[in-house]
Amino acid sequence: MSTLPLAVRDSTTMLRRNLLHARRYPSLTLNLLLTPIMLLLLFVYIFGNVMSAGIGGGTGRAHYIAYIVPGLLLMTIGSTTIGTAVSVSNDMTEGIIARFRTMAIHRGSVLIGHVVGSVLQSVASVVLVGAVAVAIGFRSTGAGVLEWLAAFGLLVLFATALTWIAVGMGLVSPNAEAASNNAMPLILLPLLSSAFIPVHTMPGWFQPIAQYQPFTPAIETLRGLLLGSRIGNNGWLAVVWCVGLTVLGYYWSKAKFDSDPE
Amino acid sequence: MSNLAIAANGLRKSYGDKVVLDGVDLNVPEGTVFSLLGPNGAGKTTAVKILSTLVSADPGSGSIHVGGHDLSTDPQAARAAIGVTGQFSAVDGLITGEENMLLMADLHHLSKREGRRTAAELLERFDLVEAAKKPASTYSGGMKRRLDIAMTLVGNPRIIFLDEPTTGLDPRARHNMWQIIRELITDGVTVFLTTQYLDEADELADRIAVLNNGTIVAQGTAEELKRLIPGGHVRLRFTDPAAYQNAAAVLSDAAPDDEALALQLPSDGSQRELRSVLDRLDSAGIEADELSVHTPDLDDVFFTLTGAGAGIPAQSKENVR
Repeated sequence: MSTLPLAVRDSTTMLRRNLLHARRYPSLTLNLLLTPIMLLLLFVYIFGNVMSAGIGGGTGRAHYIAYIVPGLLLMTIGSTTIGTAVSVSNDMTEGIIARFRTMAIHRGSVLIGHVVGSVLQSVASVVLVGAVAVAIGFRSTGAGVLEWLAAFGLLVLFATALTWIAVGMGLVSPNAEAASNNAMPLILLPLLSSAFIPVHTMPGWFQPIAQYQPFTPAIETLRGLLLGSRIGNNGWLAVVWCVGLTVLGYYWSKAKFDSDPE
Repeated sequence: MSNLAIAANGLRKSYGDKVVLDGVDLNVPEGTVFSLLGPNGAGKTTAVKILSTLVSADPGSGSIHVGGHDLSTDPQAARAAIGVTGQFSAVDGLITGEENMLLMADLHHLSKREGRRTAAELLERFDLVEAAKKPASTYSGGMKRRLDIAMTLVGNPRIIFLDEPTTGLDPRARHNMWQIIRELITDGVTVFLTTQYLDEADELADRIAVLNNGTIVAQGTAEELKRLIPGGHVRLRFTDPAAYQNAAAVLSDAAPDDEALALQLPSDGSQRELRSVLDRLDSAGIEADELSVHTPDLDDVFFTLTGAGAGIPAQSKENVR
């Protein structure tokens, strides 16, 4: 079998294996979903009135729901990819990986299976959190088919980028605890972005950090697509971040996976 | 001479300062069972890891061919010829035994139908039908090892590496595993077996190499290895130091062990030789507290060659009180 069909076939097999794991042991994925959903409810129902007033939206919380949902959707991806780091790290300690390495299968299929599986899980998680958001009153304004497609594309691109980084983190972590700790920034970064409050309300010295870290451009782009706010240069910044992180994560993971196991 | 399934010259591997393999030559003819025997930490697993393409040998090594394929230029072709069952079971614990088998079938690119048939056949052969629908993590050690081998056989490999296949198994599971390995051998498969059990190598292998501290210290058939070391002996043990001293004076041809208060006399273990020893003791009025007859076995070879010291109980020792 030549390279490409072999790669596709073996990667599909590995993907099936990972989806089987996720279906058989859904607790990890579901636990990780709790964080964004809890934050959504907390910020809307407990802090909602103050936050809404703080960003100039009056005392109703509807305005604030619209503001934080895009950030929470991207945070959901960050949260899901922590699970990726943990499961990759777990997987690497299993003898089965040593077996895969001694088989005449496509070298990259193990990692590609993890990445595709994780991106699919991210999308499913985003849909679930999105459904909760809609249930408590989130409505997109002025998004047509094109905007929805672009929003979906952005989410997939962003999930791919974070997943490759998470795979690298999983590969360098000796165990699941370490993987979980190493992947922490993926869920902490949204707190330091424009997810909950606008960047211009932050201290001046901090604004550039919040403005240019990967989450903010993606959040602003998603906000623009779903709510019609101005996207500006955030669109291409988001794409550059996603492509950059994907390439970095891919080569990092590949180098780690191809080197001799301990 | 038949073709070599495994031909490795000057295998070298170090981890940092620690030299694990220091120039090891391994040649295994097709269709034979080769056993690499050695204590823990001798480098057995490292040798398997290199030959099975899991890790690379150090640059100073000679050429390595497995199944006729050079590992440095065509590892994929070598991988297609081999199957590996490691010391720690290489099964996916999160999915069922059957799913593990089907996973292997998919990775060997069998058709759906052929995959199902092969999986069912092997599960049956390794007595795993009842457990097939349970997660592999719930299996006992012996079951995991059987599943592991069954998975290895899905691709019909011509060369199988078994890295300490019976370590940690209870005696029953161990004998089951031996039976399985014997069946593989009758199928004409080449087996590369590592073990720290001498009886296992004696039982299964055509040729044995003793690995110690990264070098091969002896190589040959079990019989050849046994001939390498001095023959059998009679061992007399005393509790009374005075009796020991007297006996040592009477039996001046014996090798004394002052610490253990024991004397060791060369002997073939025959009745005649035993009687002569007893007669000599009787005429001097000395009584030994324990007499044991020791015939040479691989333990002796092993302990002699690996320098682990004498005095460790061997299995063929029979006590005569």
